[in-house]
Amino acid sequence: MHSNIKLFWNGVIPENPIFRLALSMCPAVAVTTNVKNGLMLGLAVVFVQVCSSCTVAIFRSLIHPRIRIPAYVLIIALWVSVIDMVLPVIDIEIYKDVELFVKLIVVFAIIISRLELFASKEPLLPSFFDGAGMGVGFLFGLCLIGAIRELSGSGTILGHELLGFRPLLIMILPTGGFFVIGFIMAAFNYIEYKLTGKIPTSGGAH
Amino acid sequence: MSVRALHTRVFLALAILVLLVSPVFADFVKDGSFGKDKSLVVDFGVPVDEAWGKDKANYKVFEKTDPDIVLPVESVSLDPKRLTAELTFKDPLNRSAEYVVEVKDIMSEGKAVGSGKFLVKKARAAVLFGIILAAMLINNFVFTKYLGLCIFFGVSQRKDTAIGMGITFTIVMCLTAIMCWALFRFVLEPLRLDFLKIIVFIGTTAIFVQAADTILRKVNPFLFKRLGVYLVLIVTNCIILAVPLINADSSHGPFESLSLGVGAGVGFAIALFLMACVREKLELCRVPRTFAGLPIAFVVTGLFALAFLGFSGLSLF
Repeated sequence: MHSNIKLFWNGVIPENPIFRLALSMCPAVAVTTNVKNGLMLGLAVVFVQVCSSCTVAIFRSLIHPRIRIPAYVLIIALWVSVIDMVLPVIDIEIYKDVELFVKLIVVFAIIISRLELFASKEPLLPSFFDGAGMGVGFLFGLCLIGAIRELSGSGTILGHELLGFRPLLIMILPTGGFFVIGFIMAAFNYIEYKLTGKIPTSGGAH
Repeated sequence: MSVRALHTRVFLALAILVLLVSPVFADFVKDGSFGKDKSLVVDFGVPVDEAWGKDKANYKVFEKTDPDIVLPVESVSLDPKRLTAELTFKDPLNRSAEYVVEVKDIMSEGKAVGSGKFLVKKARAAVLFGIILAAMLINNFVFTKYLGLCIFFGVSQRKDTAIGMGITFTIVMCLTAIMCWALFRFVLEPLRLDFLKIIVFIGTTAIFVQAADTILRKVNPFLFKRLGVYLVLIVTNCIILAVPLINADSSHGPFESLSLGVGAGVGFAIALFLMACVREKLELCRVPRTFAGLPIAFVVTGLFALAFLGFSGLSLF
């Protein structure tokens, strides 16, 4: 059990998909103008990641290695179609904002890379925790960026008025997303440097 | 084969593409046109009687999508030869909408020659050009829609790889857009399977890229050597899936779909090239150690996005 919790934690901070692995950056900028959208897409990603990881872990002995990539893509596309039909029922307003990106979860590199690197080799339970960890890490990243951008851009958090004024309007423009991610990545690097004394090399950016 | 020969081939391919598209410019016969921002011009083809032509009650104008909402005509003026009439309205018209002008009992030289219906819309080429321009600059997929960032940061290290990726991506994007349109229009829609579009589009893209990879390897090994690496990467680019999805959602026709594909492809190529130019310079700069690599690339992209904000509101027609 202890190793499973470690797997889970590994995805949240030490190998955070957005800030450390630098995977699936597109939604991290696009939907994070406020926390709500980030939360919605993050939950969708958690769902798809966990479900696809489990599916691949169960059927890993049946999938021929030669055709594994198309098989993974189809498995992901299946779960994305499911969540794409469920989300509008939960909250149609937020769904409209993130609609395109919910569909694009199919091509998020983070999901397929976890299937390829982890779920295709490990049994069901570790795959579940690995998928959940990566998903929650992604959710955490989206919420963090969303909170910073919403607070500095429109002075609110989750729609609640906090500041009473808008300090930096630029943060909710396209530009702000890139700046915030750049600075958070740098902050992660700085903390790691203070703790371990060396600068980590950043990920592949896919 | 030299680089020059490669460029000639790419140019030839583009020329053939333009030739294929050109029939679309043939159907320019349009019945009416937009005048100044509050007026429409209809061409009768025969001289009409002045008393009839100046009577506002003879004209009924509405938007094609809402036939119930009749727009009130403020005034009518005829040209000296009485062949065309200019209808002026109180409010400015939406120039991207289609308007229908119904005229009843046209009187020419004292005789009634029947009723007529005119369709007033923006020229097709203007619409298509507008889509290309919007996808390329105003809503650039990288800088304002944040799609394809993965590849964008991955291959913008050097200029020559950026150019190779840009060309390959544009070609694949155009072909995928048109293929997915055909699949959606002729297979998914008639069978009411549009909820399967995610699976079908991603499958089509993957199969097409794999096929292009195999064919190119046999047919033109030189081109494969230059562009083959990028081909496989393209599947992981969100733009390649986003364009067919946008086309399907806004029920674009074949030429609109192709235009969006061209615009997205060229826009992505421009973004890649610009970024590669800056990152080559960045190599020589003294960047703070915690910012080295990706963080500074993100900040630079933010500055580009700020610059591209200047294109918003750009309109040529």
